[in-house]
Amino acid sequence: MSIIVNSDTKLVVSGLTGREGTFHGLRNRDYGTDLVAGVTPGKGGQDVDGVPVFDTIAESVSEAGANTSMVFVPARFAAAAIDEAIDSGVHTVIAITEGIPVHDMLKTYWKAREAGVRLIGPNCPGVLSPGEANVGIIPAQFFDPGPIGVVSKSGTLTYQIGNELKQAGAGNSSIVGIGGDPIVGSDFIDILTLFEEDPATELIVMVGEIGGDAEERAADFIAERISKPVVGYIAGFTAPPGKQMGHAGAIISGSSGTAQAKKDALEAKGVRVGTSPTEAAQIAVEVLNG
Amino acid sequence: MDLLEYQGKQLFATHGVPTTEGRHAATVDDAVAAAEEIGYPCVVKAQVRIGKRGKAGGIKIAADSDEARAHSEAILGMDIRGFTVNDLWIEAASDIANEYYASIILDRSEKKLLVLLSRMGGMDVEEIADKDPNAMVRRHIEPGAELDLDLGRELAHQAGIDDDVVDGVAEMLNGLAKVAVAEDATLIEINPLVVTGDRKVIALDAKITIDGNSMFRHPELAELSDSSADDPQEAMAKERGLTYVKLGGNVGILGNGAGLCMSTLDVVAQAGGKPANFLDAGGGSKAEAIVDALEVITSDPNVTAVLFNIFGGITRCDEVAKGIIEASSEIDLKVPLVVRLDGTNSEAGLALLAESGLQNLHNETTMLGAAARVVDLANP
Repeated sequence: MSIIVNSDTKLVVSGLTGREGTFHGLRNRDYGTDLVAGVTPGKGGQDVDGVPVFDTIAESVSEAGANTSMVFVPARFAAAAIDEAIDSGVHTVIAITEGIPVHDMLKTYWKAREAGVRLIGPNCPGVLSPGEANVGIIPAQFFDPGPIGVVSKSGTLTYQIGNELKQAGAGNSSIVGIGGDPIVGSDFIDILTLFEEDPATELIVMVGEIGGDAEERAADFIAERISKPVVGYIAGFTAPPGKQMGHAGAIISGSSGTAQAKKDALEAKGVRVGTSPTEAAQIAVEVLNG
Repeated sequence: MDLLEYQGKQLFATHGVPTTEGRHAATVDDAVAAAEEIGYPCVVKAQVRIGKRGKAGGIKIAADSDEARAHSEAILGMDIRGFTVNDLWIEAASDIANEYYASIILDRSEKKLLVLLSRMGGMDVEEIADKDPNAMVRRHIEPGAELDLDLGRELAHQAGIDDDVVDGVAEMLNGLAKVAVAEDATLIEINPLVVTGDRKVIALDAKITIDGNSMFRHPELAELSDSSADDPQEAMAKERGLTYVKLGGNVGILGNGAGLCMSTLDVVAQAGGKPANFLDAGGGSKAEAIVDALEVITSDPNVTAVLFNIFGGITRCDEVAKGIIEASSEIDLKVPLVVRLDGTNSEAGLALLAESGLQNLHNETTMLGAAARVVDLANP
């Protein structure tokens, strides 16, 4: 078992005909994901390595049975592509694109919520359920099937932790990159809820970073609603206030959003927080085998 | 991207939001000429991206040309909590009857715009909260709704704004909301929002942050940001399209991915080192990008050792190794370089580095090992 993507996933990729879209879309298919369609307006009727291309996402739903959309289109068109996916009839939209204006996401976030469509990202590496499906750019070779669910704001940091878990002999149910933007479709709380309900997940690793208060709110939520053990890691202890650290959302505003505040909030609710990715992975394995 | 006060006021003016008129000046002579044109008394204001300029001596009233000159000489080049004053804004002194506070913020927790309004202006939000927690009216704008004049009046009444200027404040809030949406602002703060002697509501200050991701639709604002980097390395990185933040220590750092790079800074600090910078080389780092990044990092004279922390996912470690070897032939590297390559094609990458026979290059396979090593080398 797993969350969000699995063997029932029928994937349509917006931007499949672009360079990145082709590369990652076909990589996802090679992993075993059921890639049923691509979408590029004006290129309907073509195919990418045998995958049919449609003009609209709605057509890919009615013609090819797509139920999950991955958005790979450039930032200035991406919010419109996510909006189109929300209206198309798919139940899940995974937006990889980095650099979408936050005012666009303000509208798109509520559109997804009102439609009851699960939106992951933007500015995220996607979702991988080892052995079942991979939707996005997560390098699957660092992850084996297993009982640890991972939810993270960061891509490479997740690969780092995943690799350490694998070396320690532990695998994953699903790895969910929620994205590093100020407004993302699904927060830690949404994904923690799914892992709590997933029978294959025995422990959850939550990887946060500076900016916003999603980690602090997750800490309260864990105390109230999550029965499974959660291990945390937070990046950005050395980040100065007012500076954006790569991700659009990774910024300390005044005195709020610091790594220390997030670590303190999690520890106050009994969540063990590793001081390095290595230690976080060690704690996770220790708790799991405990 | 944070705008300077005068840039914010110019933006207000283009949207019809009432504010003070003035002139920008970058030299003392220009400032005096601007003051002569505006008339006296006028105000000489330091343009820096940090608050409480007045308390730091960055805002002075000039009664005549001699005072305008003296104040401009004193303020230009002044250091205000780490920010050098390179620009002045000269405006006519305002006749102030009341000082209020207004702001519109993108609240990332609630995923809504948040409006704040108080009749206690001139101090910061925390001070207002300390003095009287009820003095700050807070209201989220619901999705699809607008901050119209009715809502503006409701908020003004609630905040205890003087009756005769409730309409003026409502118009101001409505105008600010329009600016926020039209210009992709994530913060607009006016402190103080003033009522003049003749009962006009005007923005006496303007603190505006524009979403960096929206620059493609605001080319005129994108131009402003080019002149904003004070630090030479930050300016150099910006020119090359690299994400770089100066941190002031002596351990230069390059990582791939923002999260891993932040994490690298943290483990270097835990190992007793002082990070010099944050630099995210991004995905698929090719040789050229590595050369660019190394040049930026080592142009900082404080740097005594450099750490490359690469976890190859999509990025291939052999490509990164090629980049390092190419960079070493193009740049005269005077400091030791610790390279940690892990993930995709790391064995091939490490083999390439070993074959290259590069001097002063230290391979590590773990992140913690690499951090300890670079700290040793940086502080002999």
